[in-house]
Amino acid sequence: MTHPAHQQINRDLLRPLMQTSWRFYALVALPAALVVAGLVSWFTQMFFGFGISGIRWPIFWGFYVTNFVFWIGISHAGTLISAILRLVNAGWRRPVTRCAEVITVFALMIGAMFPIIHLGRPWLAFWLFPYPSERLIWPNFRSPLVWDFFAINTYLTGSLLFLYLPIIPDFAVARDHATGLRRRIYAALALGWRGTPRQWHRLETAMQIMAIAIIPVAVSVHTIVSFDFSMAPVPMWQTTIFGPYFVAGAIFSGIAALLLAMAALRKILHLEAYLHPVHFENLGKLLLVMALLWGYFVFNERLVTYYGNGPAEMAVFWRTQRESFAPLYWTMVICNFVLPLSLMGIKRFRTITGCVIASIGVVIGMWLERFLIIVPALGHKYLPYSYGIYRPQPVEIIITAATFGAMILLYALFSKLVPIISMWELKAGDHPPADLIPPATEEHPLGELRL
Amino acid sequence: MKAVYGLYADGHAAQQAVNRLRAAGLGDAQITILSAQPMEDFEFGHIDKRSWMWWIACGGGLIGMATGFSLTWLTETSWPINVGGLPIYAWWPNLIIIFELTMLGAILATVTSLVASAGLGRSRGLYDPEVSDGAILVGVEDPAADKVGDFRQALESPSGARVKTI
Repeated sequence: MTHPAHQQINRDLLRPLMQTSWRFYALVALPAALVVAGLVSWFTQMFFGFGISGIRWPIFWGFYVTNFVFWIGISHAGTLISAILRLVNAGWRRPVTRCAEVITVFALMIGAMFPIIHLGRPWLAFWLFPYPSERLIWPNFRSPLVWDFFAINTYLTGSLLFLYLPIIPDFAVARDHATGLRRRIYAALALGWRGTPRQWHRLETAMQIMAIAIIPVAVSVHTIVSFDFSMAPVPMWQTTIFGPYFVAGAIFSGIAALLLAMAALRKILHLEAYLHPVHFENLGKLLLVMALLWGYFVFNERLVTYYGNGPAEMAVFWRTQRESFAPLYWTMVICNFVLPLSLMGIKRFRTITGCVIASIGVVIGMWLERFLIIVPALGHKYLPYSYGIYRPQPVEIIITAATFGAMILLYALFSKLVPIISMWELKAGDHPPADLIPPATEEHPLGELRL
Repeated sequence: MKAVYGLYADGHAAQQAVNRLRAAGLGDAQITILSAQPMEDFEFGHIDKRSWMWWIACGGGLIGMATGFSLTWLTETSWPINVGGLPIYAWWPNLIIIFELTMLGAILATVTSLVASAGLGRSRGLYDPEVSDGAILVGVEDPAADKVGDFRQALESPSGARVKTI
């Protein structure tokens, strides 16, 4: 009395939860080692003070704030893209949404760590929280850093719930297939889900409302992160374009991260029957659109600065265009514009491999973009007394590497504990069986569906 | 708990069973239907569809908005500090806090109303683990003893039905 396709979906997607091979431990060993190294570096920095980092006057924002902005940007992969695809009811979203939503939650958690890592005394981080201190002084709501606190926490809370709600029916399936302690844990997480029409309607309505609410929140988060810069009188920061420019960049890097995560999941968890080349093609097209949009914003920002011809602005402008930061700047342009345009713009390169190469380029390029917004401007402000250079030190480099390790580790652990593809949405979407998806051929490089 | 229920491989058979139970005198509220995915292609999938969730979300948003306004107003006026020549209560920056708390209020109200109205976290009723493998369950919980035979007959009528009594 069971549905063969449903059983197959359950078997395929519950397999990683129920079986653990040595490969899993090998996979998590390296990122776990990176995370440990990062923690050791952070504690070393706390013990010896910020003197061991490269952060000093006049450049107080270096790798840490670069990482903060970068990871908050990456977080736009998930909830925002998933919410948009849910609202437009894009059928191809079904295997993609959860992979994306998970990125949001973990990237936000990692990004939100950096304001704390960036504190000399992180145990006083609660000073940022909106509470009356013993002298009844509340935080200054006119500071963009306090806006960050509200925006990031709203987005994190919304994203966690947006991720958790559609997992509830899948926890119920896991509950029915697990035994022992696992069964008890999944039963608790499933909240007694049974699958009545009432429960399905309420869940779908809740997801619709959440999708509508979360899109403006996601946009606001990166706009507010951009306000950290554009509210400050620093050359090339105080510009009205930063809000949309940051949001576009965030979505751009987010799509790239999502493509990388999907390619890794497809390979490692053998999800070829669910993550088809057509999903990569569709996201590759989105990556192409965002590359063009990113190029448009950069052109705008540069051209307006060039025509304004302010001495302080032009000094920063030339530092990035043809002086000390030029190698990084042109690497960024190649990674963020030339590479995705060449690979995603030509159909024959819009394969899974092509998407992965373009995405690696975009992730590198977007990290460089954040770095190039922060450091050259802070090192060359309006008056010569405030000129300075920034040299990242090992502690910052190790902590930066550790964040990538943390992302991989958290993602691997999550996909070990929770079905990484929404099973009920696949079942609801009449997911085409694998035999209808032919392998890629020269004629049909994307393995078009035989429907 | 006593119950009689049938397991069906597809939505058409489940729809027939639901129709037969209705013909046997049951209302929609007395029929239990469980499935592993939303069944919106079938009439029984639309039972109990109306909800107040949109309004509750709006209400949550309004509460969040009021909280954001109160928080900024009360704190800034109770300890007035001149910041960069801005007014003590500056609308533009405070709108950001108000906006975030409005959306947070709407999100939390939505989740609360989902948990409350979908009966999540409460004790479980009729259930069969085969549902998670794709079977559709149609049944009656705590049926009247003299009606069990009729319900069983109704549930058995669609082809391929497997009827159980517990």
